[in-house]
Amino acid sequence: MNRQQTQTVAKVVITAVAAIVVIPIIYVVFYTVARGIQAISWDFLTQFPTNGMTEGGIFPAIVGTILLTFGTAIAAIPLGISAAIYLAEYATENRLTRAIRLAIVNLAGIPSIVYGLFGLGVFVLFLNMGTSIIAGALTLGLMTLPIVISTSEEAINTVPQEFRVVSYSVGATRWQTVRYQILPQATPGIITGVILGLGRAAGETAPILFTAAAFYVPQLPQSMFDQTMALPYHLYVISTQVPGMPLDIQFATALVLLTFVLSMIVVATIFRTIMRRRREW
Amino acid sequence: MDKKIEVNKFDFYYGDFQALIDLNFPIIKNQITALIGPSGCGKSTFLRAINRMNDTISIARADGEILLDGKNVYDQDVDVSELRQRVGMVFQRPNPFPQSVFDNVAYGPRVLGTATKHELPDVVEKSLRGAALWDEVKDKLKSSALDLNPGQQQRMCIARAIAVQPEVILMDEPCSALDPIATLHVEDLMRELSKDYTIVIVTHSMQQAARASDWTGFFWLGKLVEFGGTHELFTNPKQELTEAYITGRQG
Repeated sequence: MNRQQTQTVAKVVITAVAAIVVIPIIYVVFYTVARGIQAISWDFLTQFPTNGMTEGGIFPAIVGTILLTFGTAIAAIPLGISAAIYLAEYATENRLTRAIRLAIVNLAGIPSIVYGLFGLGVFVLFLNMGTSIIAGALTLGLMTLPIVISTSEEAINTVPQEFRVVSYSVGATRWQTVRYQILPQATPGIITGVILGLGRAAGETAPILFTAAAFYVPQLPQSMFDQTMALPYHLYVISTQVPGMPLDIQFATALVLLTFVLSMIVVATIFRTIMRRRREW
Repeated sequence: MDKKIEVNKFDFYYGDFQALIDLNFPIIKNQITALIGPSGCGKSTFLRAINRMNDTISIARADGEILLDGKNVYDQDVDVSELRQRVGMVFQRPNPFPQSVFDNVAYGPRVLGTATKHELPDVVEKSLRGAALWDEVKDKLKSSALDLNPGQQQRMCIARAIAVQPEVILMDEPCSALDPIATLHVEDLMRELSKDYTIVIVTHSMQQAARASDWTGFFWLGKLVEFGGTHELFTNPKQELTEAYITGRQG
C-alpha cells in the first residue's frame, strides 16, 4: 500500500468506528421516542397516576425531579464554585492541595449507590432528616460536587494569567480580582459544568433510592422534609415492580426523563457555543 | 529636583540566584527615567520590584530599600494593593480585557471604589484624554477594546493605568509590540504625562531612551553600571562598558 491508500483505509476505519459508537445512542433515543410518543399527552404530564400506576399520568414524578434538581443546585453550586475558586486562585501547590485534588477525582468515580447509602446513613438517619427531598438533594449535591468543582476550576484556569496581573497592577486585591475579573470571564465555563452535573443528578436513581424517593405519594410534597416521587425512580418501579404495566407508559416515562436530561445538556452546549463565540482572547 | 523614589542598597534574589546587586540611585519626580541594558540584566525585575509585582513569585526575595516618598515599599505595614494604586504599570504587550473600551478604563476606579457610578464617565474621559486617545475612541466607547489597533490598545492600557490616579507609572518596554508611528505616539504621550506623573521606562531601544528620557540607568548582569542625565550618559559615558553598549560594541 502506498501512503495515499493507507490514508484512505485509515479514514474509512476511523469513520466506521465512530459510527459504531454513535449508532446505538441514536437508536436508543429514536426507539424511546417511537415507543413512548403515543402515550404522551397533556393528561399524562399533568395528572397523578391511577389504578396502581397502570393509568393516569406522572405529574408528581416530574415535579419531584424538578424539586430534587433544584435542591441539588442549591447544595452543590455555592460549595462547588467556592472550592474551585480556592483551589484555582488561593491554594498553593502543596501536599494538602494535592490530596484535595486526588479526593475530588476519586469522589467523581464513586458508584452512585454508595452515595445513596452514605446519604441514608448521614442525612436520613444520623441527621434525622428522614426520607425527604432535602436528604435526597444533599445526597445528589454531594455526588455532583466533584463535577462542579473540577469543571469550574478548569474554567477559572483558562482565564489568561495576564488579566490577573493587570488587575493586581491597578491595585485590586486578590478577592477583587476574582470577583470582578476572573469570575465574570469564567462564568460560561462554570455554568456549562454546573448544568451537565445537574443533568446527571436529575437522571440518577441510586442516590435517591433510600434518601428521597417514594413509590407513590397521593399528593405533591408540601415541604422539603416530605418524600417525593421522582422520574428515574418511578421508571425503575414501573419497569420492575408493577405487574401488567403497559409498555408504552414505561417508554413514555423514559422519554420524559430523557427529554428533561437531554434538554439540559442541549442548553449547556448552546450556551457554551454562544459564549465561546463572544470570547475573543 | 525632588526625589520621588530612592533606591538604597537594593538586592533581589530568585532562590539562590541574585538578580539585582546593590542598586543605589534616585528617581526624580515628574521626569522620565529610562532603564537600558541587554536582556536578562535585571531591568524588568527592578521595575516589578518597585510596585512589588514580583511578590507572586514564591522564591523571590528582596533586601534593602526602595523608598517611595521616603517610605520603604517593602516595610511590613505597606498595603500592597494601595502601593500598586500609587505605582501603576503598563506592560510589554497591549493587554486589554476582552471588554468594552469604557469598561477597561473604568475597571480600576470601579473595583477600588474611587469613583461613583456618576463620576465614572468623567474619569474615563479624563483618562482617555490623558492618554491622547479620546478623539479616536469617543464614539466607540461601548465597542470591544480588542477592535482597536495595537497602538490604540497600548494607549488605552495607559489610560487604564492612570484612571486610578497613580503617582508613578512604570512602563515595561511599552513600545516593543508597536510600529514606529505608534511608538512615536506613545513617546509624545510620555512627555505629556511626565508633567503629572513620575515615569520609569524599561526599553530595549537606545534611541528611545535617548529621545524620550531625562535620566538613564544602564544595567549589566544585575548591577547598575552607570546612572546619569540622559544626554550626558549618551554623549559622554563615564564607564567603558556603557560606551561599548551604547555604541553597539557590547551587548
